[in-house]
Amino acid sequence: MSDLSDLYAEVIMDHQRHPRNFGKLESFDREVKMTNSSCGDQISLQVKLEDGKIKDLKFTGMGCAISMASASVMTEVVKGLSVQDAKKISEEFIKMITDGKAPEDDLEDARVFSGVYKYPMRVKCATLAWHALQKVIE
Amino acid sequence: MPCQLGSEIKQDFPILSTVLPNGKKLVYLDNAATTQKPIFVIDSITNFYRSQNANVARSAHYLGEQTTIAYNEARKTVAKFINASYDEVIFTSGTTESINTIAYGWGDNNVNENDEIVVMTSEHHSDFVPWQQLAFRKNAKFKVVPLREDGTLDIDTVRKYVTSRTKVVACARMTNSFGVINPVEKIGKIAHENGAVFVVDGAQSVPSMPTDVKELDADFLSFSGHKMLAPMGIGVLYVKKSMIDSLKPFLTGGGMIDEVKNEYTTFAACAPDRYEAGTPNVEGAIGLARAIEYLEEIGMENVLEHERKLLEYAYLKLKHVDRVILYGPKRLNDRGGILSFNVKGIHPHDVASILDANGVAIRSGHHCAQPILRSLNVEFMATARASFYIYNDNSDIDALADAIEDAKRRFS
Repeated sequence: MSDLSDLYAEVIMDHQRHPRNFGKLESFDREVKMTNSSCGDQISLQVKLEDGKIKDLKFTGMGCAISMASASVMTEVVKGLSVQDAKKISEEFIKMITDGKAPEDDLEDARVFSGVYKYPMRVKCATLAWHALQKVIE
Repeated sequence: MPCQLGSEIKQDFPILSTVLPNGKKLVYLDNAATTQKPIFVIDSITNFYRSQNANVARSAHYLGEQTTIAYNEARKTVAKFINASYDEVIFTSGTTESINTIAYGWGDNNVNENDEIVVMTSEHHSDFVPWQQLAFRKNAKFKVVPLREDGTLDIDTVRKYVTSRTKVVACARMTNSFGVINPVEKIGKIAHENGAVFVVDGAQSVPSMPTDVKELDADFLSFSGHKMLAPMGIGVLYVKKSMIDSLKPFLTGGGMIDEVKNEYTTFAACAPDRYEAGTPNVEGAIGLARAIEYLEEIGMENVLEHERKLLEYAYLKLKHVDRVILYGPKRLNDRGGILSFNVKGIHPHDVASILDANGVAIRSGHHCAQPILRSLNVEFMATARASFYIYNDNSDIDALADAIEDAKRRFS
């Protein structure tokens, strides 16, 4: 509970208004669909892998501002990373949201979601896309 | 004890004077999820532990007797409240346990392959999933009655779905998603004409309107204490006397037996004992009885009238507001005090978070009623839901409307 700046930071609002990497890939190696059963948020994530790296990824979905902005930020942060680094970052992101633990790595824009920790009802919204990422590159 | 509904009665509910950490005054409009508790109920629970607590119907000492008397008295209060007999009232943990008790205790022994189970699309998951699972267990046919666009039932459609093969018809008297009051007397008649058992989910209706099981002619009725001023973890299963013998105990163990031997166990001969295994929720039963006394002093007709007035005020206030979509029938006399809505372009979870920052507590999501939202193609398959109770007044709805404007500003 606050004045909402923790939850709806300007970066988050910008990503929900203009989601990056939104859509379908022409060709992809893997795809996962995930839903957040408590809210009904849905995401579909496609990745193209090359030499152990995430060459490209795109998402489609429907949900609240937090879930959609989080997906958008995630795609920007992990695009071009090695699968290994993407896994590590996704773990740190999820820990930051669920345990309030400050991340070791530079999460770039993803850091703006740290305030979600204070809103337990919204944790699943913020982590959905990152869980989808973990599943699609596992 | 109660005075005028709305603003004056608020003083009986300590939690309603909560000020949120951001300085906003709490406006509680999430009553369909759970209601707040009056000090009269809260005190009854602490008094129980201060002066009465012992195990019930077991311990032959002063406190044991006091507890047993209080527990039995609570059951009498509940029975009278719904016009049932003492031995037709079984205490459970809530509506979910009540309905599962029917589905397992009655359904498993009375529903067979190719029989039909009929439920409405508007059922809460607790009156949907147990029946669907029963159908899976028994290879029975699970039939879901579709709704009109406004979430109401067409009685002719119900008639088409119920046949001579139908064993159970389950229906909520008031839906938790849109607050629609269903014509349960008519539906019960259709069920009985076809030889089916009629099961009423009263979780939303019993707290908000008069309930007479004889008039309803329900074979089973379920409801929860926490939606009607009582604590969480206490609920009721009403079982019509003529149905008792066909209901097998769902939970077995202590308190519900007659004789236990290595070879077999015989169960208590009569209800309600046979259906209440283990140490019951005595504090909950006592709290529920006090809650009922509190509501009876107000009068259940007055509760419904108050909810309707608030619904009408909210409906008229929000009806023409830009970007606001209201769900449910336009005829407000078909409804209780529940208003489901969406704000175009804003997910209901975001609406709820922004309302919360304004102090206004509502529910958002699928309301444990995914089938209705899916069938009516509701955007996001979720809504925001404001629900009203005896302590709400017009100023709460004004706060709701102001907070919706704030949400629109932030998501312009």
